Amino acid sequence: MPKDSGIGASSKRREDIRFLTGTGNYTDDINLNGQAYVAFLRSDVAHGTLNGVDSSAAAGMPGVVRIFTGADFEGVGGLPCGWQVTDRHGQPMQEPAHPVLAQGKVRHVGDPIAAVVAETAAQARDAADAINADITELPAVVDMSAALAEGSPKVHDDLTSNLCYDWGFVEENKDAVAAAIDGAHHVTTLELVNNRLVANPMEPRVAVGDYAAHNGESTLYTTSQNPHVIRLLMGAFVLGIPEHKLRVVAPDVGGGFGSKIFHYAEEAFCTFAAKAIKRPVKWTSTRSEAFITDAHGRDHVTKIELALDAEGKFLALRTDTLANMGAYLSTFSTSVPTWLHGTLMAGNYTTPLIYVNVKAVFTNTVPVDAYRGAGRPEATFQLERVIDKAAREMGIDPVELRRRNFIQPDQFPYATPVAVEYDTGNYDATMDKALALADWDGFEARAAESAANGKWRGRGVNSYIEACGIAPSALVGQLGARAGLYESATVRVNATGGLVVMTGSHSHGQGHETAFPQVIAEMIGIDESMVEIVHGDTANTPMGMGTYGSRSIAVGGSAMVRAAEKIINKAKKIAAHLMEASDADVELANGEFTVAGTDKSVAWGDVCLAAYVPHNYPLEDIEPGLEETAFYDPANFTYPAGAYICEVEVDPGTGQVSIERFTAADDFGNVINPMIVEGQVHGGLGQGIGQALLENCVYDENGQLVSGSFMDYAMPRADDLPNFTVDHSCQTPCTHNPLGVKGCGEAGAIGSPPAVVNAVVDALQRGGKDVTHIDMPLSPSRVWSAMNS
Amino acid sequence: MTSVSMTVNGKPVSGDVEGRTLLSSFLRDGQGLTGTHVGCDTSQCGACVVHVNGQAVKSCTMFAAEAAGAEVTTIEGMANADGSLGTIQQAFQDYHGLQCGFCTPGMVMSAAALLAENPSPSEAEVRHYLEGNICRCTGYHNIVRAIMAASGQEVPAVAAE
Ligand code: FES
Ligand code: FES
Repeated sequence: MPKDSGIGASSKRREDIRFLTGTGNYTDDINLNGQAYVAFLRSDVAHGTLNGVDSSAAAGMPGVVRIFTGADFEGVGGLPCGWQVTDRHGQPMQEPAHPVLAQGKVRHVGDPIAAVVAETAAQARDAADAINADITELPAVVDMSAALAEGSPKVHDDLTSNLCYDWGFVEENKDAVAAAIDGAHHVTTLELVNNRLVANPMEPRVAVGDYAAHNGESTLYTTSQNPHVIRLLMGAFVLGIPEHKLRVVAPDVGGGFGSKIFHYAEEAFCTFAAKAIKRPVKWTSTRSEAFITDAHGRDHVTKIELALDAEGKFLALRTDTLANMGAYLSTFSTSVPTWLHGTLMAGNYTTPLIYVNVKAVFTNTVPVDAYRGAGRPEATFQLERVIDKAAREMGIDPVELRRRNFIQPDQFPYATPVAVEYDTGNYDATMDKALALADWDGFEARAAESAANGKWRGRGVNSYIEACGIAPSALVGQLGARAGLYESATVRVNATGGLVVMTGSHSHGQGHETAFPQVIAEMIGIDESMVEIVHGDTANTPMGMGTYGSRSIAVGGSAMVRAAEKIINKAKKIAAHLMEASDADVELANGEFTVAGTDKSVAWGDVCLAAYVPHNYPLEDIEPGLEETAFYDPANFTYPAGAYICEVEVDPGTGQVSIERFTAADDFGNVINPMIVEGQVHGGLGQGIGQALLENCVYDENGQLVSGSFMDYAMPRADDLPNFTVDHSCQTPCTHNPLGVKGCGEAGAIGSPPAVVNAVVDALQRGGKDVTHIDMPLSPSRVWSAMNS
Repeated sequence: MTSVSMTVNGKPVSGDVEGRTLLSSFLRDGQGLTGTHVGCDTSQCGACVVHVNGQAVKSCTMFAAEAAGAEVTTIEGMANADGSLGTIQQAFQDYHGLQCGFCTPGMVMSAAALLAENPSPSEAEVRHYLEGNICRCTGYHNIVRAIMAASGQEVPAVAAE
């Protein structure tokens, strides 16, 4: 019987009501009294010396309130990077300044030069267009290899080169890996590109700054996944505002996918300008502006080598990657190709020796940072592509080759050679489930049918693992993180028994307002409707790190459970007093406290009332009130894993690929709301298939963004995607968090690209073409060219 | 500035607009109807779809002045008279056809236009009709199911276990 409430129920989302009736409160829906509007003048060249800014003509235009240039920000800090990577030689990464408005140089198309604040948005835009920036154009650094070549122009003149860091992991394994590869029975080598992407949440970024002269408090309304992180970074590092004088609000946010984690210049600008002109200041990004200012994702170029013995056992793995950082270090950019990537190179396999080298490179492009999956899709793509190629070269079935190397259920906890310890998993189980759901055995009949229609059918399999529930603070601190990665929750019980949970997690589509109450309702045995979730405002939530890395339920949910446990313990003491029993004998179920072995009982609501009207109350032992806070710092990452199968048809005449079937069997541990979990997987699959077939962020050799709008950047549309078959019934609960959950937000985007590419390569092979790899996106022209070269 | 009048969700409204004022900004900024969203500046995303005289229109692609005298319906006008969700809205909730909600107003308005034209569309027809509406969250799977269900066709329930 499906449950109809509590943990495991597909409770309908309560937030849907406002979104479906047009009553959501997104940042652009916020308009403050006396608000002025900002428009930015942005660099239209990729690289240049900024000789001066002439805003005299613009200053006199209608509605202009004030014009700001880099000079106004000389005494202000730059945008900080939140993760310091140490290179192979023990040296810190090269870390350039990142000014709010350009100082002396522009470094990518879109780099902000000046800002006009005016009475209307149109007046601000008109005046910004009338500002004259005197720029001497310099040669643009676009290609990563060229950027590292001797004599390349430098993106940052004060750095020694365009190399941010040269990272080796695990450095001590380097020679042993080389020896194992040199002596192996078989080595499969693959060079591949993980295409640069633009996150493109449907809501463009918005910032509204406000300043209250009467108490000196600044407020920023912003499209953020983590308002406390923005408050900390902007307050402490950029504007020098103490946190008690700075409030950051991220109300309804229309998707993030990583791109709204980071602290952006426009947020600092609006906060700064509001104080300077003593009026609220609003900036709303256009989509065109989003393409040249939102941090991009992926953009790795990799060579991977996999050494195998005669039976197909993996002996060693080595990768060499160039990772694009863009022109500046975005907030978490440096962690993505390193600790979020190298640590996942073991995949689901027992490979004993691994060495990962990553060179992070500055170029005259938009900064690159985390995008759904962040490092883990890049790891999975390399690994699952090279395994497929190895299977073909050695004549071993690709499923069988994976199975021969899977970590077995009795090997958990399993310490990989790349620093992480998987707590639990069962990779054969998800593989079996995926094969059954995909009707793997019925493939040949479908292939024959496709052939009869003049199409080549192919299938691709993939097994992925990811590290979620980010992250144990002490561990990431050792690895260079400049923040703790715990999460927080305050549970406030009202006198009449209803609860409010104030969480540091943030929902921008994930449905926390529905799923989090399911947990509380289950713990106390009350109706979900008695629980309300508050998030997104630093003024009324405890310090939290926000939502990314599939961490909300695993870390934020755990904090909520811990706070609720404190509540229940205290409530039991009150109940014991009311029932004249020992609190050790009090039990809570179905919203009622009882004393074991007696018929005594007291309702949840009566205990809550007693806590706030303490007439008959153990005041000598406990305080009145019922409100508790918990901070939860995870003991380990969580490790969702699964098997994905893609079946495609390729049109041999045009190279057009169509996805005929897509099956995802995931192990997310325990699941709070299956409906929401499945929706998360669907969305991830949409983005992963988008990466594999459609999306590509392209710069020309001058650093101009060629794919700068939805006309040129191919977003997946409804008829590009199939119906998905998704399953999460294989569950090995996480062993170290109280809910046994692992997180599900990124899996789809991690597991799907290699499944798609493996399937297309398979289709071409079955069609008699000796194609072993095609770089994403697999557009008809790329597929056609590959099959006809 | 010129004054423009139209009927929005059954109520007569008017306001001063510039020649370049888009219908989307007239609704959002002028009328405070912020349910209509703006997701792009190239008429590609469909977050801004409203109905003008019964036709689905991208309101970012029409000047407010062009809608003078028209009957305009926005997402705020789609609920039942008693305030409960209309059939399509209810199906979106039942089938989890939305996550962040930003594309949702446009999706619902497009779905309503589709079902007015084609009361029992096939899945392929739904997918094809939505080519002007981008959703980044859902992978469309549950949007398509919601629209099929709203048309009265049999759709298996969401996440039955
Ligand atoms: S805002 Fe109208 S189509 Fe994108
Ligand atoms: S629900 Fe977020 S864009 Fe569609």
